Amino acid sequence: MDSEVLATKYDQVLKPMTRMGWPFWVTVFPLSILFLWSFFAFGWQYQWGLGETGMGHPMSWTLYLVNFVFFIGISHAGALVSAVLRITHARWGTPFGRAAEAVTVFALAAGPTNILFDLGRSSRFYWVPLHAQFKSPLIWDFTCIMTYFTVSVIFLYVLMIPDIGLLRDRFPGRKWLYKPLSLGWTGTKDQWRTISKTIGFLCVAVIPIAVSVHTVVSWVFGLQTQPMWFSTIFAPYFVTGAIFSGIATIIIVTIALRRIYHLEKYLTPYHFNNMGLLLLVFTLLWAYFTFAEHLTVAYAGGSHELDVLWSKLTGRYALLFWIMVLLCFVIPFSLLVFKRSPKFLLPASISVVIGMWLERFLIIIPSLAHPRLHYPRGAYMPSWVEWSMMAGLCAGFTLAFILFSKFFPVLSIWELEKEAQEN
Amino acid sequence: MAKWGMVIDLDKCVGCQACLVACKEENNVPHGSPEEQKSRRDIFWHKMIAVTSGKYPHVRVEVIPMPCMQCDHPPCVTVCPAKATFKREDGIVVQYFRRCIGCKYCMVACPYGARSFNYKVQETKPYHRQDDPPDRKSWEPWPFPTRTQGVVEKCTFCFHRIDQGLKEGKKIGIEVVPACVESCPSQARIFGDLEDPQSPVSRILASRASFRLREDLHTLPKVIYLSRS
Repeated sequence: MDSEVLATKYDQVLKPMTRMGWPFWVTVFPLSILFLWSFFAFGWQYQWGLGETGMGHPMSWTLYLVNFVFFIGISHAGALVSAVLRITHARWGTPFGRAAEAVTVFALAAGPTNILFDLGRSSRFYWVPLHAQFKSPLIWDFTCIMTYFTVSVIFLYVLMIPDIGLLRDRFPGRKWLYKPLSLGWTGTKDQWRTISKTIGFLCVAVIPIAVSVHTVVSWVFGLQTQPMWFSTIFAPYFVTGAIFSGIATIIIVTIALRRIYHLEKYLTPYHFNNMGLLLLVFTLLWAYFTFAEHLTVAYAGGSHELDVLWSKLTGRYALLFWIMVLLCFVIPFSLLVFKRSPKFLLPASISVVIGMWLERFLIIIPSLAHPRLHYPRGAYMPSWVEWSMMAGLCAGFTLAFILFSKFFPVLSIWELEKEAQEN
Repeated sequence: MAKWGMVIDLDKCVGCQACLVACKEENNVPHGSPEEQKSRRDIFWHKMIAVTSGKYPHVRVEVIPMPCMQCDHPPCVTVCPAKATFKREDGIVVQYFRRCIGCKYCMVACPYGARSFNYKVQETKPYHRQDDPPDRKSWEPWPFPTRTQGVVEKCTFCFHRIDQGLKEGKKIGIEVVPACVESCPSQARIFGDLEDPQSPVSRILASRASFRLREDLHTLPKVIYLSRS
């Protein structure tokens, strides 16, 4: 189809890219301040040492690691929603694709940054590849995440090329950006053949890579003797939780885009109903894994494991634990089982995302606080530095997405068009 | 090759903590402040743990001195992503500060909590002892003159003493011992070669009941305790 006709047809999708009213500035300004503030916080910590955080023996891995696992978890959205739905030709996934892939890339940028915050000497990070010790789970973590990041960026980019070709013709003022990125896309038969082959390959490649990432992240913990980390189901438990929080994030992002950019025509209740079903399935899966994990410890766990378990169920972390159960299971389940319209999905997804953050917190912190030789036991409260970094990360993540939506369409126009033609 | 080990006789230990002070002196370990103690950020290469058992009024408190266990299967070594911690041929697990990036994975992996982290720039001055000659070159080979912020550190079995002693052809375990062993007033600690059946450590281990901490984890510590009778 002619680019002019296409652009008129999908005007609703392209319009938000050029319009920047007061809501845009009102959102971007405070987020930028938060984001810049986190640089100050990091500088402070870099200068004065990790003693500025809430860490202390035996709490060596704290809020930064929680955020690391959390953001890496969110990044699994892209792999599942884009690749799996494409491979299975699930048409209803099309309008979620672009948002999911962008969430993946930005979450993958945010996640590993936490490791840099957590290092005592982050400036020496390059010593890991230089003096790599291949027995360390951390190095495989690094490898998997970098592979996933690279593949995700390529995935996001390749799927945008036909759209960038359209943008190049549509916005001559931004030619400096779109022309090199479009790689001379004109929509010839040859180009279509190449791109569909590439996409097919990437879809298959990205799934095992995504699964490997959270598997290895879980093994960073699961291969240690710390009580309640040493568990064989940690890998699938982490992957399930990751996809769970990822789907919830996509739903939040797309509902926000739908409301703000007026994309009701493309993101219909039908699409959200299906996405809600997927979230419901993962709610149940998560509950199943959590129950299995905790029951095994409660029934047959040694005294060290039971220490951790009781601190979660009835002790110091009980409040957080039961809030997590409420947010990750009770609220989303009772909402989604009845109705999966955007109005129900938004509170359910927000509750899942917060709940999954708590889950990561409750996996890492109580185990470290109750080591096998519990002298001393630990207590932990994050300091202002850690909260600032977390706020900065969330602000940076949101900012990146907002800026992305100003340069690229948040829905995949060529795929929508392809579907419209096929119908 | 010798395999250095330490035997701590809990029967003889009076809990005076002289070992702890001697270790701080010998290795220039920062003294720590009350604030650091409160936030558990003070550095100890050698610590004391108080193990309580029973319920009031029938409580028993056992004080156990704990250097690094120098495991034969050290969990800290396998997790280090940059090979900053490794086991020497003589079995001593050491930390290479210049390589350490401060990821703290070894501290998470260590089931004994034997490792400490430099949470701040330490104020301790380069090592200085009153009895040292003013010329720095003729100082004894103290390996830790200064501290680096953001690295992990731990007990080394005073390997600088052992290496120097071996060079001078002295008998390790008799003439040359780690600082904590030297300072023990009740001679509750014995140091020596675990592989040599004639060494004092091997002899006492053959004659008395002994245990190691958290034996179930199969870390095979080379610090072995003689039970309190």
